[in-house]
Amino acid sequence: MDTLDGNALAGLLAEVFGEDMTSVVVTCRTCGVSAPIGEAMVYPRLPGAVARCRNCAAMLMVITRIRGVCCVDMLGLDAAPLP
Amino acid sequence: MEGTAVQRRLSFRPRPWQVATVTGAVGETPSVRTIDLAVPDWPGHRAGQHLDVRLTAEDGYTAERSYSIASAPGDPVAITVERLEDGEVSPYLTEELRIGDQLELRGPVGGYFVWEATDAGPLLLVAGGSGIVPLRAIIRERQRSGGDASIRLLYSSRTLADVIYRDELDAYRDGIAVSYTLTRAQPTGWTGYAGRVDSALLAEVAWPAHKDPLAFVCGPTSFVETVAEGLVELGYQPNRVKTERFGASGGR
Repeated sequence: MDTLDGNALAGLLAEVFGEDMTSVVVTCRTCGVSAPIGEAMVYPRLPGAVARCRNCAAMLMVITRIRGVCCVDMLGLDAAPLP
Repeated sequence: MEGTAVQRRLSFRPRPWQVATVTGAVGETPSVRTIDLAVPDWPGHRAGQHLDVRLTAEDGYTAERSYSIASAPGDPVAITVERLEDGEVSPYLTEELRIGDQLELRGPVGGYFVWEATDAGPLLLVAGGSGIVPLRAIIRERQRSGGDASIRLLYSSRTLADVIYRDELDAYRDGIAVSYTLTRAQPTGWTGYAGRVDSALLAEVAWPAHKDPLAFVCGPTSFVETVAEGLVELGYQPNRVKTERFGASGGR
């Protein structure tokens, strides 16, 4: 499957966080590498949008929307990113 | 601090979906079209940003795609869309949409793949296919702002007929150098490059690393990976190589 990058999630993330998140640097809990969200490996249209670490492919973030409610799982991040 | 963040979170206003009107549509190549949009409540954008388009079917099914903004900040909003054979959204935008039609969009979005006229360093722009779109917005912004950033553009395309914005790109002079490489077929007498972008071609065309260039790379995922790795090998600072990828299943 083709992957995109975190730039493709800009609109969705802005909707969830209220501002641009693509240049926010996050740290992967699995491998410890830090990179802007814009660089993450993104599967935009699984059931939900999935962002994985470009270095180790571990899951960083999953965003699902069910009946208009967004559920954001950021368990793969070492610290909660604040814009 | 934490309280402030929470406060901000609670009071945020997400950029809403709004309705734009198509004011122009021009074919760039047989499969690529530029669509001009009148957006009543457009807050302005930065070069390299995109916007999300949402189509809703009669049964309520929706499809959203993100498209790079093709115009410079301050100019009317335009997107350039490539038709994907199995696409859900791009065939409609490139073939069905007419002047006067309305379109639901949200934007501008994105802040990572963005160039400001005040950014330091010569610019290296590397495009694969329709990856040229946000890079064209960057070049136009450089022209519009009267900036003197020197630009080298390396544009990889399948054939000459697939080159988007060719007349415009060919007309650029002072401080903007455009190189093409054609990967599938080259016309007789072609004096540009041939074949895929690789380390050797980058070494020939890109600014040397000691000039501390700022690079923007946009194209299909595998293209972007090859170019970004090649630039870092040449000594580019990884954080000065900005990338944006699209897949065959994606928009842009």
